[in-house]
Amino acid sequence: MTMLLQTIDLKTRFHIPEGTVYAVNGVSFHISEGETLAVVGESGCGKSVTMMSILRLLPAPPAEIVSGQALWGNRDLLRLSENEMEQIRGREIAMVFQDPMTSLNPVLTIGRQLTESLRVHLGMGPAEAAQRAVELLEQVGIPDAAHRLGDYPHQYSGGMRQRVMIAMALCCHPSLLIADEPTTALDVTIQAQIVELIKKLRDQLHMAIIWISHDLGVVAGLANRVMVMYAGFVVEEALVDDLYEDPRHPYTLALLAALPRVDRRRDRRLKSIPGAPPNLLVEPRGCPFAPRCEFAMERCRFEIPPLQPVQGTHAVACWVDVTTGGPR
Amino acid sequence: MKPADPLVVVKNLKKYFPVTSGLVFQRKTGEVRAVDDISFTVERGETLGLVGESGCGKTTAGRTLLGLYPPTAGHVTIDGMDVYAARRRRDLLAIRRKAQIIFQDPYASLNPRWTVDAIVSEPMRVHSILPDPKARSERVKELLSLVGLSGQLVNRFPHEFSGGQRQRIGIARALASDPLFIVCDEPISALDVSIQAQVVNLLEDLQDRFGLTYLFIAHNLSMVRHICNRVAVMYLGVMVELGERDELYDHPLHPYTQALLSAVPIPNPKQDRARQRMILSGDVPSPLNPPSGCRFHPRCPLAVERCRQEIPAWREVATGHWVACHKVAE
Repeated sequence: MTMLLQTIDLKTRFHIPEGTVYAVNGVSFHISEGETLAVVGESGCGKSVTMMSILRLLPAPPAEIVSGQALWGNRDLLRLSENEMEQIRGREIAMVFQDPMTSLNPVLTIGRQLTESLRVHLGMGPAEAAQRAVELLEQVGIPDAAHRLGDYPHQYSGGMRQRVMIAMALCCHPSLLIADEPTTALDVTIQAQIVELIKKLRDQLHMAIIWISHDLGVVAGLANRVMVMYAGFVVEEALVDDLYEDPRHPYTLALLAALPRVDRRRDRRLKSIPGAPPNLLVEPRGCPFAPRCEFAMERCRFEIPPLQPVQGTHAVACWVDVTTGGPR
Repeated sequence: MKPADPLVVVKNLKKYFPVTSGLVFQRKTGEVRAVDDISFTVERGETLGLVGESGCGKTTAGRTLLGLYPPTAGHVTIDGMDVYAARRRRDLLAIRRKAQIIFQDPYASLNPRWTVDAIVSEPMRVHSILPDPKARSERVKELLSLVGLSGQLVNRFPHEFSGGQRQRIGIARALASDPLFIVCDEPISALDVSIQAQVVNLLEDLQDRFGLTYLFIAHNLSMVRHICNRVAVMYLGVMVELGERDELYDHPLHPYTQALLSAVPIPNPKQDRARQRMILSGDVPSPLNPPSGCRFHPRCPLAVERCRQEIPAWREVATGHWVACHKVAE
């Protein structure tokens, strides 16, 4: 498969009055054509900031991309001009955000917002754009699409608004769709509808997807590969089956153990992870998970473990081999 | 009262919110039937789960049964006391002391200008428990340590705490009046996964220790299966199914419960791929103008003519397993 996007050693910081926030600390990953990569982690783990950095959507200051590359074909997205970036955003790489209410303009009709990128990026005339907008709405499953083009966002339900966001993202046939927690604000039955829709569109359009989520459940049925982040680091990366069957990072293990299961009887108390995520205002010195980790050794506290392959494409950033409990 | 009697009895509870139009002379133009005739009991020492999607009325039900909203109709007793008959302040206080609530949003439910000490001791001041300020602040420290926070934090303000810690402060406040019954209104929805487990375990420990009874309102069905003894499912203001936890999850009878459970993702890729999912079409209709007959019929794969016309009765089909559906056999 052809490599679509390769990010190497991305570091992003925010300079705020309280000090420097070490938000992304050397993140490397890649995604190939047609692949679905899930990026999983809790709030503040840097999953959104990583993607916003790559798309250059962070206001600078306070944000500063300290180092790294984001190779898109033969271009480095982090070094393109704003004009060149505008040609890529929305056209080659599209994004769907978490909250469909705040990402739609409440005073413009759905049709107007949907045709905007068709007209800007593809130079369509009004009639052609409207025609295409109806097709797009039908594709994402909005009933009676032609009549609903003139509606405003508040006349749509939450699930339908998210469908509109997806339709907008699909406008220009992007080769990569970055979906930032697109189902978090939705109810579980609507979430299932959106996940099914994304799967269908992915297969139809042969589009690569980066799916950002805090929910290991949703990701299991959707992703080919999963990347787990913690405090601005990638701590584990593996094919989806390997990650769930054979998690190798203590954080991934703990996250899975903290999840109750809808399909199983209760057999024990939940295993909780003690403590709280680290303060990102402090420059990381050792493994960020060490203070909460049951396997932590002396070395973990002062040396940052690199992401290293353990088996095939399965990679882990940990000094400890969790299968034995001893050093790797 | 015999101790075997249910702690909370809810009978035919209704809560309609008026919809008005006009700025000065507000005319009533309709009503949102947020809770429309629900009845259930909460047994002493149990955790009853109340689940459903947003807008189904679960939060309104929780607040109305505590008397935080005046009911449109219905009766609620908590530990034998009639919640809506309490007119005198003393009677109302007695009920409030026994029944507390933990809110969903740990940011909005704590006064940002109050210290932790003021927040946690407020129920004691209201109910004149421990009038001596020194004894009271000792009790605050004790309550904080019960919920896993250091007693040295009493003079801090809410913004100095993380979401999980704020939720612990909310729990300490709820415990301050020695309640019997706590309505937990989505207490973990705003928290990260690793913190959710901490708070759930804390709630369980406190229940064991003090014999508390919970009404656990949530939309996370996996967590509800974990923490609750019995579970009630709501849809658009009505209760559609109620049963013992494993019975309900292993043998859901109502088509809505079946769809809801099948929509919950399972954190296991092979199992998730192999699963036959029941995907509901459409959205939840407006409670302003709910569908006739069974409220679920426009989205129900089994609906027949009868479902459009006749409201299904709330009936017990097996011991402790209640359902409101025409298609479920007697």
